[in-house]
Amino acid sequence: MLETLCQKMFGRSLWVYHANSGGCNGCDIEVLAVLTPYYDAERFGIKLVGSPRHADAMLCQGPAMRATASALRRAYDAMPAPKLVFAIGSCACGGGVWHDSYSVLGPVERVIPVNYYIPGCPPRPEAIIYGVAVAAGLVDKRTAPVQFKQLELPIPRYHPSDLRGGGELVVYERSEKI
Amino acid sequence: MSLLSKLKETVIGLRAGRVTFPYPRKAREAPAKYRGRPIFDGTKCIGCAGCANNCPAREILVIDVCQEIRILQYLGRRCTYCGRCADLCPEKAITMSGEYETATDRIGDLQQRLELFMSTCQRCGRCFKEPSALERLQMKGYRFDDLANERWVFRSQSYLQGAPPADDINLDLD
Repeated sequence: MLETLCQKMFGRSLWVYHANSGGCNGCDIEVLAVLTPYYDAERFGIKLVGSPRHADAMLCQGPAMRATASALRRAYDAMPAPKLVFAIGSCACGGGVWHDSYSVLGPVERVIPVNYYIPGCPPRPEAIIYGVAVAAGLVDKRTAPVQFKQLELPIPRYHPSDLRGGGELVVYERSEKI
Repeated sequence: MSLLSKLKETVIGLRAGRVTFPYPRKAREAPAKYRGRPIFDGTKCIGCAGCANNCPAREILVIDVCQEIRILQYLGRRCTYCGRCADLCPEKAITMSGEYETATDRIGDLQQRLELFMSTCQRCGRCFKEPSALERLQMKGYRFDDLANERWVFRSQSYLQGAPPADDINLDLD
């Protein structure tokens, strides 16, 4: 649903606005690396604009802080209506290492709704391009939750009900040892 | 003069080549030392929760459902990929992979969840403490009672008949 809408709305070119609400500047440098000729993001129509009023997408770095939350909210409200928000880096995705300190409110989704998450500390420039490509529908996402469940105890348990045979030779049924 | 400089510029421009990586069309490998997403191997994990105790972002949760089942949940939202969990895992159940294409639209996609059986005492059903390295040596017949001099004192007589039991440790008779 969201992807088809994204393909329809942001198919041709995506103008991004770059908002840092209290990060350490690491993710900013990676976003700037995306715009250099090495990772030429303008091939895909991604262009950095200076004002949120011109932007289709917002790249958020840094957690939502007590001091900058209202400014972030105002920047989000200033963007015109079909809008995307990318949370770039661990701080924007989950609050960062200092998520429980006084001045940090938490991830940016505490303040503005986030559409796409790009984790990493900082994420590689490729990862940012990949995230934008996932949003634009060029590639599929590759992550899925992993669940592992042990079905049997790793060591044998000798319940009396599993013992077979009698006399001197007693065989444990589940394992082949005597 | 200006024509010459223009010619020079043209030559430089022709020799420059292309620097842009063909990234989204051709996959690009991360460098060998790059730490990406940690991968938790449930078959090796013993559920000691050392990773959860030492995670700087407190991102690994340990939930003890009952005495025997422990759930180890890695959420991955604010993980900084520092690799400390992989460093101190005693069973090397955590490996830092080079995977970086983890962009997603649901934050829950990043989580990994291990549901492990914890071995308990078969008689009373409670957890028991694993014997320490010193206590395990005691079970093998060694005794570490000379703490002041830090000497190994041998207790079992059965090992003393032939060759010394360990080459690098000097043993004294009890």
